[in-house]
Amino acid sequence: MESVIQTAFPFIVISVAILLAFQGVLMIVAYTVLAERKVLGWIQGRIGPNRVGPWGVLQPFADLLKFIFKEDLIPDKSTKFVYILAPLVALTCALLPMVVYPFGPAITTVDWSFLPFGVGDGITVLPLTIARIDVGVLFVLAITSVGVYGIALAGWSSNNKYSLMGGLRSSAQLISYELAMGASVIGAVMLAGTLDLNGIIHAQINSPFRWFIIPQFVGFIVFLIAAFAETNRIPFDLPEAETELVAGFHTEYSALKFALFFMAEYVNMFTVSVLGTTLFLGGWYVPGLSYIFEPGSIPYALVSHIAFIGKICGFLFLYIWIRGTLPRFRFDQLMSFGWKFLLPVALGNVFLTIVIVYFLNR
Amino acid sequence: MVSTALFFLFAGFAIACAVSMVYHKNPIYSAISLVGVFIALSCIYLTLAAPFIAIVQILIYAGAIMVLVVFVIMLLNLDDDKPLNRLRFLYALGGGLGIVLLTQTLFIYYAVLRAPNIPVDEAATAGSTMSIGRAMYTEYLLPVEIVGVMLLMAIIGAVMLARGVKLEPEVTVVSVGTGNLGDTEKVESDTVRSENSKDDDARLAEH
Repeated sequence: MESVIQTAFPFIVISVAILLAFQGVLMIVAYTVLAERKVLGWIQGRIGPNRVGPWGVLQPFADLLKFIFKEDLIPDKSTKFVYILAPLVALTCALLPMVVYPFGPAITTVDWSFLPFGVGDGITVLPLTIARIDVGVLFVLAITSVGVYGIALAGWSSNNKYSLMGGLRSSAQLISYELAMGASVIGAVMLAGTLDLNGIIHAQINSPFRWFIIPQFVGFIVFLIAAFAETNRIPFDLPEAETELVAGFHTEYSALKFALFFMAEYVNMFTVSVLGTTLFLGGWYVPGLSYIFEPGSIPYALVSHIAFIGKICGFLFLYIWIRGTLPRFRFDQLMSFGWKFLLPVALGNVFLTIVIVYFLNR
Repeated sequence: MVSTALFFLFAGFAIACAVSMVYHKNPIYSAISLVGVFIALSCIYLTLAAPFIAIVQILIYAGAIMVLVVFVIMLLNLDDDKPLNRLRFLYALGGGLGIVLLTQTLFIYYAVLRAPNIPVDEAATAGSTMSIGRAMYTEYLLPVEIVGVMLLMAIIGAVMLARGVKLEPEVTVVSVGTGNLGDTEKVESDTVRSENSKDDDARLAEH
């Protein structure tokens, strides 16, 4: 009995961690939608949603209920299997990177031997990351690049001109800006000397002046622009430009299938915010916190985790702010901007960083 | 035990996807099946403690190359072709190649059976990013450089071909629609003077 529990314990811990992270991310995403409507309301001199619950705080749940109870239409001439597969691919690829998010510093000072059945024996480190693989940055980039299929296949399988145009535009846009995004990340990775997300944070620790936003400012700006394009947000929301394409690739989608695309878009925003925070803003590191709490203790981890979420929320606010401020690009402007300006700047930044790192390490 | 079960799960998935890729007439289904093969292979790499190879497999094959293939299929809108009688000899050729491949597989199986069983050192991290990078840029530097130059040549060649020397305007017929259901629409695009392949793509996507 005891040995069974000892064998099963790591699986139980990981399952609980996945459940917690899943719920947390989805709650933040749901409230990003509400925050977006509220902030856009303020920017445009309106009130925003305020009917469901006090100050509109129950609005996300009302929206979800509405999505569930709407009629789920499948167009007669669509390719049914692909049509149903596409939103699933989009949301799965959006949620998968969650397993490598560095939610906080490892808890190292707690003695877990008080747990029953001896399950806590020998455990000294409790990392606040679900899977510790040493190629975290590449994992996030790879999985989000697979997410293109969701959009492209949705556009193709709907058998609708607007959908197809939206899907094609989106594939072209995502392929183009993935290059700039990957190149902008390389600078920070080279300075840290590792592809592990926690390792990159540890390279920026001890002082806010070691955050990579300072030596990699060009990389940060390129990353930010590419991140807006990767998540199909204004000013790069060409795939669903409603004045030209009705609703782009999700024109034919209704009810819960549309909700899956909608959620995937906001989870992707969260993902690139995590990547930006980790690579350029020091991740969960709070300046001066190690003087107040002992590093590795529970309060230190808790405050760091809240700081991490706070930095991400800053990014998300920037998204909403830009949406309320800028108009949309034209498609040829988007393409020539990505290929003729953003990519050369990112590659130049990579080259400069290589030279500097080489001479610093001699 | 768990790793064996995972291996058979992913290997079975890969084989099923490969069969489905060959079997399907519709190119989009074949492309999706090929993506499934790549993902299953990268899962097998992960269970073999080679995360870098696994992630690069997804990033390059599934995330870049196959996206381009799907993009082209969607753009070109290939109709179902009638079987070409004059290509019958390809069946014999394919059968011969299949027998050769099967022989190779059996030979590899035989060679693995005969190979001495060396216990794997758990501490060795041959699949980690650091060791792959070190091996690539010290021991195998020359092959890496040669491959890099070859890829650069291919890129420059592709750009030269795409820019072309089309001086006279030509009418291209682009069919836009979904390939499988016959509701296709022929759009005669304007005279497309190909100055730049990217602009061309953009213009095609706008139609």
